[in-house]
Amino acid sequence: MYTPHTPEDIRAMLDVIGAPSLESLTDPPSGLKIKAQLDVAPALPESDAYARIREMADENAASRMVSFLGAGAYRHYQPPAVPYFAFRSEFLTSYTPYQAEASQGSLQAIFEWQTYICLLTGMDVSNASVYDGSTALVEGVIMASQATGRRRVAISAGVNPLYRRVLATYAEGMGVEITELSVDGDGRTNVPAQIDADIAAVIVQSPNFFGVIDEMKTAAERAHAAGALAIHVTAEALSLAVLKAPRELGADIAIGDAQSFGLPIGYGGPYVGFVATTKEHVRRLPGRLVGQTHDVDGRQAYVLTLQGREQHIRRELASSNICTNQALCALIATIYLATVGRKGLTAIACANLANARALADAIAALPGFGVARHGSFFNEFVVRTPLPAKELAARLEKRGMLAGLPLQTFYPDRTHELLVCATELTTQSEIADFSRALAEECKHAVAAV
Amino acid sequence: MPSLLFEIGAPGRGSDFVRESGPATQFLDKSALRADLPLPDLTELDVARHFTELSHRNFSVDTNFYPLGSCTMKYNPKLNEAVSGFAGFTDLHPFAPDAGAQGAIRLLWHMERTLASLFAMEAFSLMPAAGAHGEITAMLMAKKYFKERGEHERLTCFVPDTAHGTNPASAAMVGYKVISIPSTPRGRTDLSALKAKLDGSVAVCMMTNPNTLGLFEDDIVEMTRAVHDAGGLMYYDGANANAIVGLTRPGDMGFDLMHLNLHKTFSVPHGGGGPGSGPVGASTRLAPYLPAPLAARDESGAYFWDHDRPKSIGAVRAFPAHFLAIVRAYAYIIVHGAEGLRRNSQLAVLNANYLRAKIKDVLTVPYSDYCRHEFVCSAEELKKETGVRALDLAKGLLDAGVHAPTMYWPHVVPECLMIEPTETENRHTLDAFVATLHSLVKLAHEDPAAVQQLPLHTPVRRVDEAQVGRLANKGIGLRWSPSGSGSESNGADKT
Amino acid sequence: MDLPLDLLYTKEHEWVKLDGTTATVGITDYAQSSLGDIVYVELPKPGASLEQFAQMGVIESVKAVSDIYAPVGGTIVEINGDAENDPAKVNSEPYTGGWLVKIKLADASQAKNLLDAAGYQKVVDAAAG
Repeated sequence: MYTPHTPEDIRAMLDVIGAPSLESLTDPPSGLKIKAQLDVAPALPESDAYARIREMADENAASRMVSFLGAGAYRHYQPPAVPYFAFRSEFLTSYTPYQAEASQGSLQAIFEWQTYICLLTGMDVSNASVYDGSTALVEGVIMASQATGRRRVAISAGVNPLYRRVLATYAEGMGVEITELSVDGDGRTNVPAQIDADIAAVIVQSPNFFGVIDEMKTAAERAHAAGALAIHVTAEALSLAVLKAPRELGADIAIGDAQSFGLPIGYGGPYVGFVATTKEHVRRLPGRLVGQTHDVDGRQAYVLTLQGREQHIRRELASSNICTNQALCALIATIYLATVGRKGLTAIACANLANARALADAIAALPGFGVARHGSFFNEFVVRTPLPAKELAARLEKRGMLAGLPLQTFYPDRTHELLVCATELTTQSEIADFSRALAEECKHAVAAV
Repeated sequence: MPSLLFEIGAPGRGSDFVRESGPATQFLDKSALRADLPLPDLTELDVARHFTELSHRNFSVDTNFYPLGSCTMKYNPKLNEAVSGFAGFTDLHPFAPDAGAQGAIRLLWHMERTLASLFAMEAFSLMPAAGAHGEITAMLMAKKYFKERGEHERLTCFVPDTAHGTNPASAAMVGYKVISIPSTPRGRTDLSALKAKLDGSVAVCMMTNPNTLGLFEDDIVEMTRAVHDAGGLMYYDGANANAIVGLTRPGDMGFDLMHLNLHKTFSVPHGGGGPGSGPVGASTRLAPYLPAPLAARDESGAYFWDHDRPKSIGAVRAFPAHFLAIVRAYAYIIVHGAEGLRRNSQLAVLNANYLRAKIKDVLTVPYSDYCRHEFVCSAEELKKETGVRALDLAKGLLDAGVHAPTMYWPHVVPECLMIEPTETENRHTLDAFVATLHSLVKLAHEDPAAVQQLPLHTPVRRVDEAQVGRLANKGIGLRWSPSGSGSESNGADKT
Repeated sequence: MDLPLDLLYTKEHEWVKLDGTTATVGITDYAQSSLGDIVYVELPKPGASLEQFAQMGVIESVKAVSDIYAPVGGTIVEINGDAENDPAKVNSEPYTGGWLVKIKLADASQAKNLLDAAGYQKVVDAAAG
């Protein structure tokens, strides 16, 4: 147990308090005492608890399989220096840095995160992070709506469907309308020549859910022509290392998820979202912001700033209620970026490009398979399969491989398409084994054609 | 004075992490590529020294006492860290087929069943990432519930005047008008005021129990009844759950919706401000609206993600849960069991009352009842007598290595300090805290100006928030910029 | 607390100086002192028309954000760029250099809805007590 109280302690403390018993202090009114038998297992000693949870971890066979899954959560190398420093107690067990004098470590680290995000996205300002890419998207939409006074957004079908689902959930409650922009046969967004005058933002993800490098520049130009903002979405943050920065492409707001910067896939979380924008929109940035200042002795210091706006309820469209950032996750990402540096990040990104192309080449050579080569891609691409992709994935699973995401999961009519991903961790022999397995599983289907 | 990462690098430094693949131009057209990547290159030693030095400039539970009301800064067990680091969890992809993730889904399902029992809810969603996230989730659920019932006139949300700021913000985000309910002189939410204001427009009443003054809302059952009679829903803000786990349950009090803060009550570390986890619980009639999917178990005992939730509001996060945070909370629960959790709540209440009894002699304690896991005291008298305020006392505590308590909230108490020791602190620490407060108050009477100068010994002293605020509103001073990039000076060159 | 006798006031702590059909508006010394260090001032655009007591802008300090309201209805003819650029002026010179907007009055009789110095003093006393 983690509590220090001996029976003597309790007695002595009750005396100081002047209460006859612990129960006299802690019992709820009699009507509210718990009468039911609680469905909670009896306490386990620590070694048993460790073993019990270890058993649960070992039961996750998929964690040990060769994986070609991406689709918004990416398997990357985590340099051991990253968790070594990020999980130092002084970071892990600290509180939100409201008292600047007691939190310069956390505050400076957030300031460095904010800087990294700006350098990667080309933006002027970034906030201290938000929960994940999907909620970052919601924040971006709120910002655009406040900036333009408009309540409708146009979002590409190439934006991660899980992000779009979250946006739809919030939009329903907040009275924001969503219009979807379709994607063409090459996986690129069909940006209308004319954007409607009531659109607050045009939203494009690049690389998009299909892995394709999408039409951000065109979307931004046309958005601006209609008085709307352009929001750029990044799900695979590593792509920022080599692709043109969102700002360069004309985006006003850059949002996304930085999970790829050293955060484990961890069965979906926690991840870390970022929101960055130009100076013009700084006051609309949600959540926390760290700024640089001085203390009374002239020392450089960091402090949370623009906090007044966090709780102020605006008339037209209420600002976000976000209270926390993802401090430790942002710290992990910051230490990752520091550890790999420009040199390392570039090499890792290029390894992703190389391995994804090796994978694409290997699959394209298989009879009955097709790879969408028209759109250029970063580390993910769509494969056309001779068998229904769901069935193919199930068969590969029996061979101990995670083949990728069947598109039918989100697009019901796309039954013979699979989204596959290769990263710097994908090896040549994995690619060879995978190709061989795909060919073998489809032998009969192909022969029958 | 630690430099910034961007000031200490030099091109070419750093290890080789992968085999060289050659330039990106081999793979993509130049027109798609960025011209440069202006990030620093550092050696691992640079990184080691930098972040180790930063860590020395932080308070943390492992180094300092945090009597922070409403934050529950209890000890974060290292068992939690070990088990959440298992490769079977960290390497598991959220799109892994259910059959290959049985251990993970089982853990989540078991967690969900445990929370449902502990708090008397029909079901929990483990999806929200934090408490405020849980709040907005519940507001979205309430909104959909009423919309489906055709009760479109239900547009108000009742919130006690002692509520946390996120409560009205969450309500406003979904378009609810917020109505404040006053507190009685006894520090409870005023039942008759609530009854008087209730009408057919009420959607949700958001409350926490014990409230933010640390006092148990004795009339809670009558309040939930009154709100239900008016056709509204009751929402429980779980920030103060550390006072009630194993002792009483929000579902039994009549609450329809609730959230928990696993990073408060269930020992998940705060991480400097996240990641947390804010599960949302719902009664039988609201459970269908929970975010989907939910972790479920079929008749054969296999675990799966149940996406078949037609009334669900949708999703509030891309993936179903802050899984690695929940593993930590799960470890905490299974080493304690119901009896251990109950004991923790009792000892949290004991510690708070002990401090309250001793601090009564040092500062004003406005409410005469015993408190639960936290209590408030006021420096208003001290301010009148000496000019020294709650803020100054808080800064003085920092010099003694104690983090400031929560300050200036709830607003019903002027110069408020909200103190929550939690159950993991020992008497010695509590006594030392009282002694420090005592000597600060004494110093305030002798030499107020000296107290207003504190702290003296922290890595930085009081900072100029006005300067940074003014620049920040212009978008300046929020990041490092390479010199000559056009950013106005923000003092970055001063050391 | 500075309280010029020749000005009119609102219960939301704005002051008004009437000069024919033009009203110069700012916030009072009490307001700036309660807010603390002001970091941002958001003013309406010149040309905007406002009803009496409508919300017309925002003043943000280190600890709070406060709405400001038009003491009289009319059209905004001028705003104080100095106050926008250097919000500290509103703290240091609330009645002079820290003025906020000039409004061309739509209806001079609306002045009767304003408070005199004594009336405003009562508001301040009630707030402080």
